[in-house]
Amino acid sequence: MKLLVCISKAPDTTSKVSFAENNTKFNEAGVQYIINPYDEWYALVRALELKETLGGTVTTITVGKADNEPTIRKALAIGADDAVRIDAEASDALAVAKQIADYVKNNSYDIIFCGKETIDYNGSQVGGMIAELLDLPYVSLASKLDVNGNTATLERDIQGGKEVVETNMPFVISCAKGMAEARIPNMRGIMAARTKPLQVISGSEVSKLTEIVAYSLLPEKAGCKFIDAENPGELFQLLHNEAKVI
Amino acid sequence: MSVLVYTEPHHGKISKNATEAASYASKLAALLGTTATALVCGEASDTETLGQVGISKILQVASEGISQFDTQKLSKAVQEAVRKEMATVIVFSHDFSGKAIAPRVAAKLQAGLVAGAVSLPDTSNGFIVKKAVFSGKAFAHVSVTSEVKVISLLPNSFSVEKTGGTASIESFLPEIGKAGVVVKEIRKESTKLSLTEADLVVSAGRGMKGPENWGNIEELATLMGAATACSRPVADIGWRPHHEHVGQTGLAIRPNLYIAVGISGAIQHLAGVNGSKVIVVINTDAEAPFFKAADYGIVGDAFQVLPKLIEAYKQFKASNN
Repeated sequence: MKLLVCISKAPDTTSKVSFAENNTKFNEAGVQYIINPYDEWYALVRALELKETLGGTVTTITVGKADNEPTIRKALAIGADDAVRIDAEASDALAVAKQIADYVKNNSYDIIFCGKETIDYNGSQVGGMIAELLDLPYVSLASKLDVNGNTATLERDIQGGKEVVETNMPFVISCAKGMAEARIPNMRGIMAARTKPLQVISGSEVSKLTEIVAYSLLPEKAGCKFIDAENPGELFQLLHNEAKVI
Repeated sequence: MSVLVYTEPHHGKISKNATEAASYASKLAALLGTTATALVCGEASDTETLGQVGISKILQVASEGISQFDTQKLSKAVQEAVRKEMATVIVFSHDFSGKAIAPRVAAKLQAGLVAGAVSLPDTSNGFIVKKAVFSGKAFAHVSVTSEVKVISLLPNSFSVEKTGGTASIESFLPEIGKAGVVVKEIRKESTKLSLTEADLVVSAGRGMKGPENWGNIEELATLMGAATACSRPVADIGWRPHHEHVGQTGLAIRPNLYIAVGISGAIQHLAGVNGSKVIVVINTDAEAPFFKAADYGIVGDAFQVLPKLIEAYKQFKASNN
């Protein structure tokens, strides 16, 4: 079974979010980059589990410049067999999806894994776009995946519950919580990752259709109004008369 | 030119998320000097809601099997509606369905997609849409340059306005092809109220000291008609089900009121709840970081505060009925 996992870097979850250059750029000063948690904990680890039980290979694919390589090496340390980096600007979701779809057209895979979204741009877009560009079935926000022969059974999150679905390979999946548990790379994995193949290929020409022109921060809270713990009932009067939410 | 909004009935009704998206679409149509059409994929008994929020035409999809969710079929239905209505902007809710279908439609139509929009576009100089980024910690202003545009609207970020109109209804039979994904079973979660659509949420964390102490949390939530949620550590150690976990790696929610009990407010938890309109924090530790993000706070022991709150809510309810 050939498994492809789309990996993107994202600022560490504890990063302070601020902006530079007149609020047009994310301020990267002091920001540590990690593998986007949904790509790592859920997509990559589930792909590795399937490989371990059913056999096959796990390849990661990333669209971006050389500054992505530390996170790609981490994915290899966790257990991916090899990695592909498409050397192109990850300008927007469709541009990323087109690069990956072009690669897959020439290198077929049975399952293409994505995380449910990146924790920086929160778009939840790339998986569905790859599926459309390749005319493949797409299961979004999946929390469970089992493979039996050519058929996969999945659970996906829906409004107020879960849906159990079936599809045939090849297909695209975006992975949400529940899919797998995080793995910490061991020393052997970290050593092995240094020599695993990381293929860099040049991207195709794609135009970008969206561009972030500015950022802004959430408006500051006016401050917390404290209520006496001995007489907490005042809370409901405030929520009713002042905040008007109950 | 027109604006098209995707809606998918939920238990035979137009959902709150779909109503918000429809209201957004009709406002956007007015801004662009055109009209808004709603595509209804499935049976709904209350389609008049769509007219009331300003939709002028409803395309009721009558193709067989449309209500069996599959992104390939639904994407085809949307594409055919786009051609029929000559739509230049397509609006979705950024909910479970919108996240699954909007990217397909955008890729097919070579349309720029703004996922998670929080307000109407600024059309004074181009087409710039504000969307939530960094898990709710900031906004990005996204310029869309393609001719056709797709917007998915973040739930509970846009106020529905009832304008009181009526929409014409037309039966619509798009060629949707075969499903690539077959639905085998739908499992409803045990919770009575869907967390992502709840207006009020009562949430608790490690401060509750053990799963046996959730009785007061559930009682308060039931009294208030609120959904229950929890922090990540509590779901990870199995005190609460995973589907209740809100935060960076769980569900992101945007209720009108979020009451957090015994949750310190780590940045990853805040990322999942900072879109809430009003936040109430109850914690023994006055230095808990969550108080900085709160509108109202109670410094006190949950085991003493909660019974008092429950009594106070009963009185509040009695005096306000």
